Amino acid sequence: MPWETESKALLKSRKITSFPHSACKMATEGLHENETLASLKNEAESLKGKLEEERAKLHDVELHQVAERVEALGQFVMKTRRTLKGHGNKVLCMDWCKDKRRIVSSSQDGKVIVWDSFTTNKEHAVTMPCTWVMACAYAPSGCAIACGGLDNKCSVYPLTFDKNENMAAKKKSVAMHTNYLSACSFTNSDMQILTASGDGTCALWDVESGQLLQSFHGHGADVLCLDLAPSETGNTFVSGGCDKKAMVWDMRSGQCIQSFETHDSDINSVRYYPSGDAFASGSDDATCRLYDLRADREVAIYSKESIIFGASSVDFSLSGRLLFAGYNDYTINVWDVLKGSRVSILFGHENRVSTLRVSPDGTAFCSGSWDHTLRIWA
Amino acid sequence: MPCLGKMERMIVSMQDPDMGIKMRNQRLLITVIPHAMTGNDIVEWLIQKYGISEEESLHLGNLIVRHGYIYPLRDPRSLVLRADESPYRFQTPYFWTSTKWPATELDYAIYLAKKNIRKQGELIEHEKDNYNLLHKRINHTWDFVVMQAREQLRAAKQRRKGDRIVIDCQEQAYWLVNRPPPGAPNVLEQGPERRNCHTTRVQLNMDYYKREIEYCRKAMARTRVKSSICLEGYLKFNEQYVPHDPIMSGCLPSNPWITDDTTYWAMNAPTVTTPTKLRVERWGFNFSELLMDPLGRTQLLEFLKKEFSAENLSFWEACEELRYGEQSHINEIVDSIYQQFLAPGATRWVNIDSKTMERTLEGIKTPHRYVMDDAQMHIYMLMKKVGTGRAVRGRSLGLTLRSPRTPTRASSSRSSTGTCWPRPSSLRKPRSGCSPSCASSGTPAPARPCSCPPVTPRPRERRRAGVLQPCPRRRARLCPSTLPAVALKERSHTSPADPTHCSQPLPTPRGSWHPACPMEQTQHRQK
Repeated sequence: MPWETESKALLKSRKITSFPHSACKMATEGLHENETLASLKNEAESLKGKLEEERAKLHDVELHQVAERVEALGQFVMKTRRTLKGHGNKVLCMDWCKDKRRIVSSSQDGKVIVWDSFTTNKEHAVTMPCTWVMACAYAPSGCAIACGGLDNKCSVYPLTFDKNENMAAKKKSVAMHTNYLSACSFTNSDMQILTASGDGTCALWDVESGQLLQSFHGHGADVLCLDLAPSETGNTFVSGGCDKKAMVWDMRSGQCIQSFETHDSDINSVRYYPSGDAFASGSDDATCRLYDLRADREVAIYSKESIIFGASSVDFSLSGRLLFAGYNDYTINVWDVLKGSRVSILFGHENRVSTLRVSPDGTAFCSGSWDHTLRIWA
Repeated sequence: MPCLGKMERMIVSMQDPDMGIKMRNQRLLITVIPHAMTGNDIVEWLIQKYGISEEESLHLGNLIVRHGYIYPLRDPRSLVLRADESPYRFQTPYFWTSTKWPATELDYAIYLAKKNIRKQGELIEHEKDNYNLLHKRINHTWDFVVMQAREQLRAAKQRRKGDRIVIDCQEQAYWLVNRPPPGAPNVLEQGPERRNCHTTRVQLNMDYYKREIEYCRKAMARTRVKSSICLEGYLKFNEQYVPHDPIMSGCLPSNPWITDDTTYWAMNAPTVTTPTKLRVERWGFNFSELLMDPLGRTQLLEFLKKEFSAENLSFWEACEELRYGEQSHINEIVDSIYQQFLAPGATRWVNIDSKTMERTLEGIKTPHRYVMDDAQMHIYMLMKKVGTGRAVRGRSLGLTLRSPRTPTRASSSRSSTGTCWPRPSSLRKPRSGCSPSCASSGTPAPARPCSCPPVTPRPRERRRAGVLQPCPRRRARLCPSTLPAVALKERSHTSPADPTHCSQPLPTPRGSWHPACPMEQTQHRQK
């Protein structure tokens, strides 16, 4: 009966405090269920508070205090060294090849392009059957790319140098989600892919068979980004979502190992610190934050009053001293990770910066933007 | 959009009577507009308030104007901030972008109709197109549209000229934001809709909270490390790696992206004959650096061969292949690993402790991709103890001591090295064993960017490399049959001629385009 569900809904939202007699009977039956839900929620919240207290107990010093001993950075000069033009619409994602010069980029109009960014030549192009290709990745071998977006899938395309062969013909559909694909990444080989989706889950897939190897549930909303740990044992990854949480997962068991919830808005990007002991996140709340995994807490916030637009994409320089962050106000801010201050602001893009990655050998970084271009900065 | 809230707070503080922008009357031709400011005022205020540069202030101001929170009085058709005497005004909150009442077609139609009625031909191109489109689409209410338009125009006539201009500008700015002309960026565009999960899997129901509670309980029980210790870790890492960070410290001879010279890449290619000094130094940081670098791994293999324990690396690699390999090959690979490395009497038996061996053999009965994890970890730790020790003590690992090439600075200007900071030498801490004087000594600079110049090792170091003092204790752990220490013979270059070129080799269809390990090649041959 419609009014029954309505009264339950009202109770849940706690908008009404009293209700007509006729609704009483139905409501009391529903009351038990609602009580348990409310009490569970309360318990969860109080435990979270206690967890925060525990975390705070071991927090004896701030990062910028420790960093006082480190030399300050002087004036910083980085310029656009290459501009890659060729996309007909917003660039949404990009990834580097291990050869340090090739990149793959994807855009809103469904085009995925592989460039030799050193020469700015386009080497391959494929048109996806969907728009908003929000995720793309280069395989470790350099022989394939993966991409996906509003089609809810992640597809792998082997890169062929045979002019007669059509890239789209050899396409392999690997991942299937129930909502848009927001991020994807190969693990240590061409044969496994990790994906994040708007359906709130992450998943690990076997490329050859398309089989789901492991799924990761826990986010309360769309998952927007992920990054694999660089650590020696290489068994974990971190994901960030619209529920403002960043979660660290064990790839073997599918369990969430750690979770951090200090951002005020959607987390658009997460990236591990090069040592693997920490990770940075960029969010719509206009801040980037650094979370330490051993201390199990947030250890730094990178923000400035004049920065009011969300950070869409973050990455560390090779030594982890610098954090490059692309923002929705068309700029890239460079942060001193240790001291917490902003080192520089880079202008150039004419629309949002949607993606940013440092090259594998740390010589440059590439930014992609809604202004249809990609830029290499060094 | 959280940025709108922040922008509004900025706007409000701009209008603060004490700390905000000083507003005054601005003259627009013959009319005087009150409560206005100049573009310059805005830029100056932002510089003062946030301590930012003029460029940043202008950029920020432009964004505020583009979002319609401030509009220009002169030339109201383009929402652009000019840092001069051009007059601007704050948009009325009724028209703020964050007030989410939708800008309906009807409203837009009335606006266009007003413009059309007021002055024929005042509509610009795209507005004309939109007008015609709307005329077709909502034709049934067109009379209402025209009537409303006429009413509003009549009411406007009653106002003073100044107010009329202001209201016109306000409305125009509003519609420029909500119906941008073609080619202009649409600041309201957000990308695909988020927060879709309530319609699919994730629900904030009892199970969700139960999971949260369980997670919290586990998290409370986990061990944490004191912040001071963790943060020290960053400083140490920073100290180690900053010299290796091309963006921070530049790279020799130059950063390819800046000078278009790819020598740096050629010198650091995965299979170069002689590694650079920096690269070798990096191998000493931790075992993972050595193992993950293809050249480092080759060196490690050579070293292990001499210790008669090369099977450890092969085992580790086979386990990696299992972990990251194809699902359909798992049984096959597990079997092959067992036959080669674990079975009693296996040709390349690895020395794992009995407990781990037991567990692994048990696990093999139901093979899965993580079945070798414990054994792999054990062997990895073993190799780490030996491999890192040697590297850190600067001994052995054969080739690493054969005066690795220290590139000289490119003869062109300093900036070509790619250093992002002009660094006076006084600021630079002299690195032990790697002082700037090092750069000038040693091997000659490469003659041509495209070739890999031959390295002439100095006789003294050749001899040093030849003597290895293996620790008998360690040897016993590595190899069941302890053999007497073997003096290393002088190594000759066994690696093939350096295939590095100016540009990176194209990926081959087979897969790995850098032969990581000779063993891998033999494995392929076996297949």
